[in-house]
Amino acid sequence: MAPAIATKLYPLPSPLLLDGGQALAGVEVAYETYGELAPDKGNAILVCHALTGDQYVASRHPVTGKPGWWERMVGPGKPIDTDRFHVICANVIGGCMGSTGPASAASDGRPYAMRFPVITIRDMVRAQIALLDGLGIERLHAVVGGSMGGMQALSLAANFPDRAARVLAIATTARHSAQNIAFHEVGRQAVMADPDWQGGDYYGSGHAPDKGLSVARMAAHITYLSESGLTEKFGRNLQDRDSKTFGFDADFQVESYLRYQGSGFTQRFDANSYLFITRAMDYFDIAEEHGGLLAKAFAGSPARFCLVSFDSDWLYPTAESRHVVHALNAAGAAVSFVELSAPHGHDSFLLDVPALDRVVKGFIG
Amino acid sequence: MNLRPDLAVIAARVQPAARALDIGCGDGALMAALAEKGCDARGMEIDPELVERCVSRGLSVVQGDADRDLADYPDKAFDYAILSQTLQTAARPDRMLDELLRVGRQAFVSFPNFAHWRMRAALALGGRMPVTRHLPVSWYETQNIHHMTVSDFRDLIAAMGVKCERAWFFAGDREIGASLANLRAEHAVFELSR
Repeated sequence: MAPAIATKLYPLPSPLLLDGGQALAGVEVAYETYGELAPDKGNAILVCHALTGDQYVASRHPVTGKPGWWERMVGPGKPIDTDRFHVICANVIGGCMGSTGPASAASDGRPYAMRFPVITIRDMVRAQIALLDGLGIERLHAVVGGSMGGMQALSLAANFPDRAARVLAIATTARHSAQNIAFHEVGRQAVMADPDWQGGDYYGSGHAPDKGLSVARMAAHITYLSESGLTEKFGRNLQDRDSKTFGFDADFQVESYLRYQGSGFTQRFDANSYLFITRAMDYFDIAEEHGGLLAKAFAGSPARFCLVSFDSDWLYPTAESRHVVHALNAAGAAVSFVELSAPHGHDSFLLDVPALDRVVKGFIG
Repeated sequence: MNLRPDLAVIAARVQPAARALDIGCGDGALMAALAEKGCDARGMEIDPELVERCVSRGLSVVQGDADRDLADYPDKAFDYAILSQTLQTAARPDRMLDELLRVGRQAFVSFPNFAHWRMRAALALGGRMPVTRHLPVSWYETQNIHHMTVSDFRDLIAAMGVKCERAWFFAGDREIGASLANLRAEHAVFELSR
């Protein structure tokens, strides 16, 4: 069941037409806003969250009590300055923090579970656009996102080119690679192999597939880090013990860390949401939506683009950003691109990388 | 703002509202001057710190290696392709010139002249590779792998069928005439077309 969460809710006035061919009725979008909207509504910035993110970009998470996931970037006096900009962040559809997702009630009053339609990144963006329509925001000052958030930013630029003046896509890609899909499939299979998954109908049963979801998160978490980062942080250090136990406890610090990440994740995330959102990412291929040519997706785009990659990110490596830059150049779009050096792997976009702060601040203007 | 003299002549020559690609744009000084004229200026720069500086001042700059990444741009995507003080670092300057005149209708190229009298003297009398104000780096650490002279450059563009629209020559920070430029000029700017 969807947790009762204090957040702003926007009920879409009409059914959401999905790439899968269905029309999803009764969609609600949960969102948070920060900073004042200017009278001309010209200072709005849409921040799109990543796979396991949510609308609490710059405010305390209601379940975990932790600070917002991008407080280092969004807030008063921060690179995305809420003293100047009206920042909107919405939970994606398919998610589990208040927007309509598999845990939401279908028309029969029971949770959708696996009856929820398979959605795409573009469907998520359609819901965001519907929210902007509802808020009366015709043109964003900028759309910003990292990882899956960057996919949404690029998708918004490709499908709704007049809705954002600036597009900032960080540590992301225009298509999911075989390796990206492969890692996600491992995660999904871990969830579905957990007997508590019960074909997705675990809501109200008192048993959720926490073990499977935890394994999925552990595997995924490794892909967000870098080998050197892991080595530096943990090395082969043992966890609270002087020697190996010759057993299968978490002897090593890195094991203990991953288990902690995995179990913490199950406290705040719905396993079915994890299935649907990873599926949406795997289906993501902007070029495919535009006749196979990525440049065509951005032809005539009036927006300014900025892409940022990190040298230690092997999940969405620099080559993926370059691929997008190439297409934007071919389309004649105004594009900036920089590969920043940071040790944290894919997660660099969330962590302390001062050069990223400067790029974001400068590009947002 | 004090623009380097070779950049100043380029900035003055580029038509307002033109589309320009500044290859090796550095900190974006020329791009900013072009943007002030209403040009649509884009940049390419290999050094990520300089790219970051450009982006943080609102310029559209792509981190890239001109030897490889110019291929990303369609034919005649720009009115001007600008290569300042970079040709001598290219793996193949002739191919780089071809690329400039493929992506740009016209090109500006500026480069240090290795036949300046002070260079000749350093080499002839000192017997060592010259280190000067314009080429301040020793031979073993310089990125300039293809030193050339004004005469070399004229020969190359003639052989390539590239037309010199105009040329400017500088000694110190002063513009000098074209006479004996190969001896007197420390660096040169050529405006090219095909």
